[in-house]
Amino acid sequence: MDHIISVTVENKFGVLSRVAGLFSGRGFNIESLSVAPTLDPSMSQMTIVTSGDERIIEQIVKQLNKLIDVIKVVDLNETEFVSRETAIIKVHTKDVDRAEALRIVDIFRANVIDSTPTTYTIEVSGDPKKIEAIINLLQPLGIKELVRTGRVAVAREPVRQAAVQAKKNARE
Amino acid sequence: MKLTGAEIFIECLKREGVKTLFALPGGVVLKIFDMLHQQKDVEVILTRHEQGAGHMAEGYAKATGKAGVCLVTSGPGMTNVITALADAYMDSVPVVCFSGQVPTSLIGNDAFQEADNIGLSRPCTKYNFLVKDVNDLAATIKEAFYIATTGRPGPVLVDIPKDVSMAKADFTYPNSVSIRGYNPTVEGNKWQIKQAAEAIMKAKKPILYVGGGVVFSGASQELLELAEMTQIPVDMTLMGLGAFPGEHPLSMGMLGMHGTYQANMAMHYSDLVIAIGARFDDRVTGKPSEFCPHAKVIHVDIDPTSIRKNIHVDIPIVGDCKSVLRELNQILRATVNGEQKDLRKPWWDQIRDWQQAHPLAYHQEKEGPIKPQQVVKRLYELTKDRDPIVATDVGQHQMWAAQYFKLAKPNRWLTSGGLGTMGFGFPAAMGAQAAFRDRLVLCIAGDGSIQMNMQEMATAVLSKLPVKIIILNNGFHGMVRQWQDLFYEGRYASSNLGTTPDFVKLAEAYGAVGLRVKKVGDLDAVLKEALATDKPVIVDVPTYPYENCYPMIPAGGCNHEMILEDPPELKMKQSGGAKVTPEDKDTVLTA
Repeated sequence: MDHIISVTVENKFGVLSRVAGLFSGRGFNIESLSVAPTLDPSMSQMTIVTSGDERIIEQIVKQLNKLIDVIKVVDLNETEFVSRETAIIKVHTKDVDRAEALRIVDIFRANVIDSTPTTYTIEVSGDPKKIEAIINLLQPLGIKELVRTGRVAVAREPVRQAAVQAKKNARE
Repeated sequence: MKLTGAEIFIECLKREGVKTLFALPGGVVLKIFDMLHQQKDVEVILTRHEQGAGHMAEGYAKATGKAGVCLVTSGPGMTNVITALADAYMDSVPVVCFSGQVPTSLIGNDAFQEADNIGLSRPCTKYNFLVKDVNDLAATIKEAFYIATTGRPGPVLVDIPKDVSMAKADFTYPNSVSIRGYNPTVEGNKWQIKQAAEAIMKAKKPILYVGGGVVFSGASQELLELAEMTQIPVDMTLMGLGAFPGEHPLSMGMLGMHGTYQANMAMHYSDLVIAIGARFDDRVTGKPSEFCPHAKVIHVDIDPTSIRKNIHVDIPIVGDCKSVLRELNQILRATVNGEQKDLRKPWWDQIRDWQQAHPLAYHQEKEGPIKPQQVVKRLYELTKDRDPIVATDVGQHQMWAAQYFKLAKPNRWLTSGGLGTMGFGFPAAMGAQAAFRDRLVLCIAGDGSIQMNMQEMATAVLSKLPVKIIILNNGFHGMVRQWQDLFYEGRYASSNLGTTPDFVKLAEAYGAVGLRVKKVGDLDAVLKEALATDKPVIVDVPTYPYENCYPMIPAGGCNHEMILEDPPELKMKQSGGAKVTPEDKDTVLTA
């Protein structure tokens, strides 16, 4: 099963290679990995999608924690979380296909972000299943290029806690 | 006042209490060497190869418990020291290695003697730094020493470009270090320790399984108290030798692939394994699925990744061995009573049976070829009153040393465990000797492995490091030959060294002393002569070439299924063996 691990790291030179090296050196899988700075520019947030049995995931989490540049590791599968991925898809569109492409874009609440007489460039966000689905539908038209960001995810705020907080805010 | 990077480097070493630096110069570190040349606080030991410098730093660290420090140049200097860094990483040795780097403006340009030092060392160091600004140098060095020596110790590399060593900056040395992603857990979880104490009280067949973590955390005293108080037998890993007195009645000796019969049997049949500062390496567990099938496992380790990496653990305790054992002893002191002794009497009867059934054994004929075990045994008996430091290389001689040299105290045993680095022993012994000029430092080596860092004899002579090397010379890569005999139908593919230098002449060529033991009757006299010499000595001991090291658990085998002696077909093959000497081994090979 896919596991999503959220890792807060020092935002400095060489950190990505330490994390990537850990996975390759110990034979762990990386399905996808995305990195960007956090609100605090001295830190970056990584979302790593990986797979393995319980023992492997435990090792991955421990080994990540052991890296000196790693500040925090959260195994999101231990909680509720929401995740999204974005894909940008360039499709060939001949005369008749252009309307079909737009219909698909509409169904998936995707956007056309660039257009030429023979292509559309489509942006779509969602969970991986949605991305797979739109790719499947666009494929008959002819996909010229496809890039995916890999998943990013955050833990869901516990509902009870959020409700208490809202009440508190209302009182103030 | 502003100092150059090179001066800051030296000031930092002084603040860290570094007295000895194992080093070899080169273009980009010349400024640093120039400054070292003009001061007296840090002694520079000039090695002949960077690998030697790295192992010397390891030997220094293992013997003193402090960080060992080495300095190498860029490019080949760096690639040469990698083996030592990888070795230190596997065996958790605190080493701080400084490497030179091409000027920052040239990094990435494939400059002369450029290598990606950070990329090369990343998988074999605990951490590494590239210092791009001289203003960061002092703080970086402080962090390097801190990371190397705290938590689970390990090697740290600091890469210093040439222009950084020449540039100037104000020098201030930070008093403390704070790294937000690095906070080793020292104290164990109190609830878990209580669980462990309860399990220990209840166990009928407990066994202590102790490793190098006990040595590094300085927890030998606490371990002794625990074992004596609870009367639990103690198995030591290769790295843990010396953590518990080898001649203590509770000591089972070493466990694992070439461990003693009682150590491995006790492990296999125990109902409670108390692992302290050990990591369930494959040389100890054998087949993981059949490892200690009846036991609950308590695992104390400062490195959380060691826990449940190979073996299921019931009571994990992350923390420093010393701190955890103190806490554990405190609980047990209040609860231990005579009942445990009665409870465990059958266990001890069983263990004594095992001990008597298959003690470590070899057969030395009075006039026959010299048995390697005899050499180690006599060396041990002749030197034990002098509390020697013992280094080994890797192979059969290492295992015999581990079996027969019963160390009484920690920090006396310098060996390459995890990486299994041939060529480790001699430079490591020199590193220890550099730290303790007046102590007796022995290096037990094989004729194969000693040749891997033989060049350091020049360093030993130059820097007056009177290490005593005892070469168990069997003309083979002995452990390889043993595996070939047992598992490859005796085909000696590249294990016969064919030609070996005259080690006596070789020692003399370097300005050291060379001695040879011609027959077993001369052994004591020659060893005594070597021990009385105040120079580096090589004692060449031609030994019986076909001696195998037992007990042995075949790789991936189960701990209670040990090979205890040569199988019958091997005995047949070697039946003429009693007459074999290294000179005529070829005739036996073809026979």
